[in-house]
Amino acid sequence: MSTPGAVRVYLRDWAWFRQVVTAVGLASIVQPLMFLLGVGLGIGELVDSGGNTDLLDGEPYFAFYSSALLATTAMFVLGGEALWPTLDGFQWSKANYSMIATPLTPTDVMLGKALHFLVRGLVAVSGTGLVLLMFDDTRTWGVIPGVLAGVLCGMAFAMPLAALTATRDEDNLFPAIMRFGITPMFLFGGAFYPIAQLPTWLQPIAWITPLWHGIELARGSVLGGLEPLMALVHIGVLSAFVLGGLLWANRTFARRLLL
Amino acid sequence: MSSVQSPVVARSLVKRFGDFTAVDGIDIEIAPGEAFGFLGPNGAGKTSTMRMIGCISPVTEGELSIFGLDPAADGREIRSRMGVVPQLDQLDNELTVMENLIIYARYFDLSRKQAAAKADELLEFAQLLEKVDAKVDSLSGGQKRRVSIARSLVNDPELLLLDEPTTGLDPQARHVLWDRLYQLKERGATQVITTHFMDEAEQLCDRLVVMDGGRIVAEGSPRGLINEHVRREVLEVRFGRDRNEEMLPQLAGVGGRIEALPDRLLVYTDDGEAALTELHRREVVPESSLVRRSSLEDVFLKLTGRTLVE
Repeated sequence: MSTPGAVRVYLRDWAWFRQVVTAVGLASIVQPLMFLLGVGLGIGELVDSGGNTDLLDGEPYFAFYSSALLATTAMFVLGGEALWPTLDGFQWSKANYSMIATPLTPTDVMLGKALHFLVRGLVAVSGTGLVLLMFDDTRTWGVIPGVLAGVLCGMAFAMPLAALTATRDEDNLFPAIMRFGITPMFLFGGAFYPIAQLPTWLQPIAWITPLWHGIELARGSVLGGLEPLMALVHIGVLSAFVLGGLLWANRTFARRLLL
Repeated sequence: MSSVQSPVVARSLVKRFGDFTAVDGIDIEIAPGEAFGFLGPNGAGKTSTMRMIGCISPVTEGELSIFGLDPAADGREIRSRMGVVPQLDQLDNELTVMENLIIYARYFDLSRKQAAAKADELLEFAQLLEKVDAKVDSLSGGQKRRVSIARSLVNDPELLLLDEPTTGLDPQARHVLWDRLYQLKERGATQVITTHFMDEAEQLCDRLVVMDGGRIVAEGSPRGLINEHVRREVLEVRFGRDRNEEMLPQLAGVGGRIEALPDRLLVYTDDGEAALTELHRREVVPESSLVRRSSLEDVFLKLTGRTLVE
């Protein structure tokens, strides 16, 4: 029986990822745990002792913040994965060129990468999900859809960024993407406080970032209270980023590989 | 040609990148089982031609047919019957030799079991059995090259494309590699080889084309090209950098054509020793002299006015 081309491509990434998956899995638990213990509990104590959590819809700050980590983790991990490790296949190891010398096509290569992002994202976000289950405030079945929401959010970053990476010969743009794209979203995307706290002119900017939709979806899943219509909007926006990224990457991968 | 189908046929093949014409209307027909070479300096259009034959670079103009199929429409099928050894090794350095072969075999949709069996066979052929579990990173340049060749054979290719197969290898590693390629040829695989090394072309190729500036400037067997374009032997003489040119008149009639390079003069002749004796009789004494057989290097020099490896 024939194995789909994308899976055959992915097997190479897996051969590598398999060697480090235990370490990566452990790190995926330890890192959010540190964030939660530091920011969640520390700032949470400060916020909650003010006695007024109306702005957080009555949720304790810890639950408010920790549920957003499902989306921010995915953004950081898959955003990074779509940059340097993706450029490697074009520029350093040139593995992508080896692949297209076989019956595989640039589309297979691109979809194989997408598969890798999916697995990588699941490992990372599941780690965060496990940490949420350790605490009373966030121990709910909603963590499961929350993890899926996080992975969807991560893919919404990974696919467009991978498409961009396929057009680059060097990694000189990547630090700027992290510094001026990813980090500001982390700060202004509603992870630490509701975006209603932002100046009014800044709020629409948050609405068009995939991170805000990812956070709202993940948070709503974990804490409940997600309106079905809004859930559809969030899923729709994130899916549009994923789909747009897939189509764009399909073009840039082919253009790069078939000279 | 013969009634058996030619694995590669090109007619007026052109490849352009924007305004730059890399391949400028070449015609080739390669016979089954033949070892066919593209010889030329860097930038001659060899690699661009190879990429078109490898179905990973669209043809700009002209016709190209591989196994009688059209690369634009049947690229997938063509590539499934072809093996490619790229100019630079594209191996997964952090994985073992065995993993490299299995992963590559999986690209061709071999099952894991088939892939493992094939890998064993190829590692023996490539004389790498003791390196099965070594990471590619730890191998020498020659060994990595052999992994690349082994990898290109996982699908029992009918056509093998080798782009500069021994560039960067030491002489001993080159000979080991040549020996393996010669064995493959004996098994009947058609080989297409690019090189800028004369000796490699002479060793490996039944027939070759000399390329320069995207065009074919000569075609034939290595020996045939030499017989056709230059005389049998070369007398190389050096008078010192400044004096080579001024000594030219004194060498007239010693042999046939004379080629003046910055560092030496090449006298083409049927009898190099006789030419040297004649020089001595005229009491023209070079700083050093050498008689050798003519090579493809001399053919290239005559055809293009330039040396191959600067």
